[in-house]
Amino acid sequence: MYVAVKGGEAAIANAHRLLADRRRGDRSVPALRLDQIVEQLALGVDRVMSEGSLYDRELAALAVVQARGDMIEAIFLVRAYRTTLPRFGYTNPVDTGAMQIERRVSATYKDLPGGQVLGPTFDYTHRLLDPELAAGAEVETPAQRPAEPEAMPRVSAILAHEGLIEADGDMPLDHVPGDITREPLQFPMARDIRLQALSRGDEGFLLALGYSTQRGYARNHPFVGEVRIGEVELELDVPELPFAVPLGSIRVTECQMVNQFKGSAKAPPQFTRGYGLVFGQSERKAMAMALCDRALRASELGEDVVAAAQDEEFVISHSDNVQATGFVEHLKLPHYVDFQAELGLVRRMRAEYEARENEEKAEEKREAAE
Amino acid sequence: MDIATQSIDGGFAEPVFNAQAVFRAIMDAMARPGTIQNLPPLARPPASLSATAGAVALSLCDNDTPVWLDPPLQAETSVKAWLGFHTGAPLANTPADAHFALIANPKEMAALDGFAQGTQEYPDRSTTLILLVDDLASGPSLLLEGPGIENTSMIAPPGMPRHFVEQWKQNNQRFPRGVDIILAAPGSLSCLPRTTRIKTMEA
Amino acid sequence: MNAQSTDIATYNFAYLDEQTKRMIRRAILKGIAIPGYQVPFASREMPMPYGWGTGGVQVTASIIGPDDVLKVIDQGADDTTNAVSIRAFFKKVAKVAVTTETAKASIIQTRHRIPEQPLSAGQVLVFQVPIPEPLRFLEPRETETRKMHALEEYGLMHVKLYEDIARHGRIATTYAYPVKVEGRYVMDPSPTPKFDNPKMHRSPALQLFGAGREKRIYAVPPFTDVVSLDFEDHPFEVQTFDQPCALCGAENVYLDEVILDDHGGHMFVCSDTDHCEKRRADGHHGHLAPETHSASEKMEPAE
Repeated sequence: MYVAVKGGEAAIANAHRLLADRRRGDRSVPALRLDQIVEQLALGVDRVMSEGSLYDRELAALAVVQARGDMIEAIFLVRAYRTTLPRFGYTNPVDTGAMQIERRVSATYKDLPGGQVLGPTFDYTHRLLDPELAAGAEVETPAQRPAEPEAMPRVSAILAHEGLIEADGDMPLDHVPGDITREPLQFPMARDIRLQALSRGDEGFLLALGYSTQRGYARNHPFVGEVRIGEVELELDVPELPFAVPLGSIRVTECQMVNQFKGSAKAPPQFTRGYGLVFGQSERKAMAMALCDRALRASELGEDVVAAAQDEEFVISHSDNVQATGFVEHLKLPHYVDFQAELGLVRRMRAEYEARENEEKAEEKREAAE
Repeated sequence: MDIATQSIDGGFAEPVFNAQAVFRAIMDAMARPGTIQNLPPLARPPASLSATAGAVALSLCDNDTPVWLDPPLQAETSVKAWLGFHTGAPLANTPADAHFALIANPKEMAALDGFAQGTQEYPDRSTTLILLVDDLASGPSLLLEGPGIENTSMIAPPGMPRHFVEQWKQNNQRFPRGVDIILAAPGSLSCLPRTTRIKTMEA
Repeated sequence: MNAQSTDIATYNFAYLDEQTKRMIRRAILKGIAIPGYQVPFASREMPMPYGWGTGGVQVTASIIGPDDVLKVIDQGADDTTNAVSIRAFFKKVAKVAVTTETAKASIIQTRHRIPEQPLSAGQVLVFQVPIPEPLRFLEPRETETRKMHALEEYGLMHVKLYEDIARHGRIATTYAYPVKVEGRYVMDPSPTPKFDNPKMHRSPALQLFGAGREKRIYAVPPFTDVVSLDFEDHPFEVQTFDQPCALCGAENVYLDEVILDDHGGHMFVCSDTDHCEKRRADGHHGHLAPETHSASEKMEPAE
């Protein structure tokens, strides 16, 4: 006797219960607290905030632990929460030139106003696993320097002063920036929209695309004009008040890539820009974003579109890891209705094929017998 | 009652559920042109904007949808204040910029083709007209055909725009571009999407 | 009203915030006014992954009210895990009544099937759509396909179908079979088997389509022409099965193949579980139906 498969509800409930158990792991090990994740897995939290497009360390930490450390799952959790939040307004543009800097390096100048500031970087660490860290060794307090008396000018401003780099975008002054979380995407897109999509794009995808431009698939001679990490102030204009209301500060990573450009009939020879800006501390993402931004400006700068990284529809349509993982993984959902349709067709065509074969064989036999 | 109080009062008592109820009435009316959807008075806007039209505006309009007001509504500060407070919708400068248009006096309204028609690529970028009418039965009969209608259906709103049948035929011919109409009567509403053909018009 | 409330995160009735619902509602109205045209909308992240029906869930969340009765099916069945999961989601966030009975539902959200029982006026069928663009596999670029729709330039689709005929002797598309709506837009009916295409034609129900990842909503109003593309010498035809449902004996319904053993033993049963159960309750029997006299008796979960 055939018994139909039932009980989906119970199966799901049990799966969730097992998942919760596996997430918690060995109960004799203390459970992680959110503040531990915020403090000690800060870069993971930053990535979740950045690609989740929600600046909230505590929620990002919750997402990380709830996702058992699966970053894309954590990003997804944050996005799905963020999307339900009402929108009260848009802050004024942040001034990264006025950033409270913790790290700032330039590859284009040996020294420059404000100097090179290494900050908390992995760059010159030797990647040797540290048994002392495993043993929970005490950590020294960091060395301190006096706060910079003046803001550090951005390298692009220095170049612009000499007229050697293109103007920073040509949006009209009254241009209202788009919002990819509120409006459907439309191709071709303005650069502000594209930069938003890149900023929440998957780090690995942008990294690979940026890398591909360095290997000749849309090479554009990048120099890191500057990478800076630090805190910027957010302000909101409220119609009832005569001044902008400070909302607090956020940590961001900004990369200004300086790229070669030969000039054209209309424009004198000058450098071009690629731009990256992400929440939190992530140089890799900001730099990859800047490479992709520059590559995607190919049409605007009159370059031939020959490589994947220059193809706006290709890059932007596939950069979102929440979308990508969903559609790839949805293949595991039942498709048996469609498969049945295909199965029926293949069987029918197969039967026809065999009938034809048999007929031909019979024909051959008849001919041989004659 | 001063304008400030008037503009704050009269919104949905239960914003989430009222908006859903009004939307479903509009959706059903749009899906089945010519059917009359009853709607209790859920909003209390200033008098010249009817309860029905006010409820439609509350359920569909917000900061993202520029709204155009016809001259009689334009002249009423209280209407602008009420819409502004409850929906946050900006006022459209011209009919062609409007996502929605509220028309208190359809008889005198601007030509249908003056509103946003959408483009051939994006025909959805067109104006939805909300026409305030006295009822849906006392005017000249409009016999309707098209998607959403099994055979034919009929409504008879009074005080429709001049040369409406001819204007509507042109609206049909612009398909997929064109405007859609929500007819807001006291206690009920009905819709004419751009696909609906008006077959005959009897006096 | 908050469906649930905790210290750190709260959610609105039916999950979506009101501004999002308004945006989706506006898109639905445009979709109804322009049958078969894909309205771009600012799709939100939903609490289930893209590919799990986020478009359908957003549409349902935007139209559903406290008086609605919701049915959710996946592959025709109410008890597939994702159908169970989506139904539970709406039970939780909208506290809405749910049913498995097609006739009792005011909203039916579906993935890959249209119920066998004809729908009635006033019902809304919400489809979950993975790739809404019927031309996508012929032309990957949105900028190009949008132009084709604008110009009503559908030659490429006919070429594709005709190539099928040249190669296989017949049109080899078995699901997501393209249709033309009201003589204008070519539309993807979502990956339903073409068996279900005729049910869309002049259906009394409103059909709404939501594609979350691809950010499109489209609609077929009731009593609207939905014609499957074909050729005079190769007319459109639906799948047929050479045996009835093994459980309820139904003919002219879509069947799932169930593998019984690893020696090629299989049986065919209704894909529409509600339809099958109804028929058995009415006393219909297939040749492999359980030998029980109370057909409505609950089946036990199988291992």
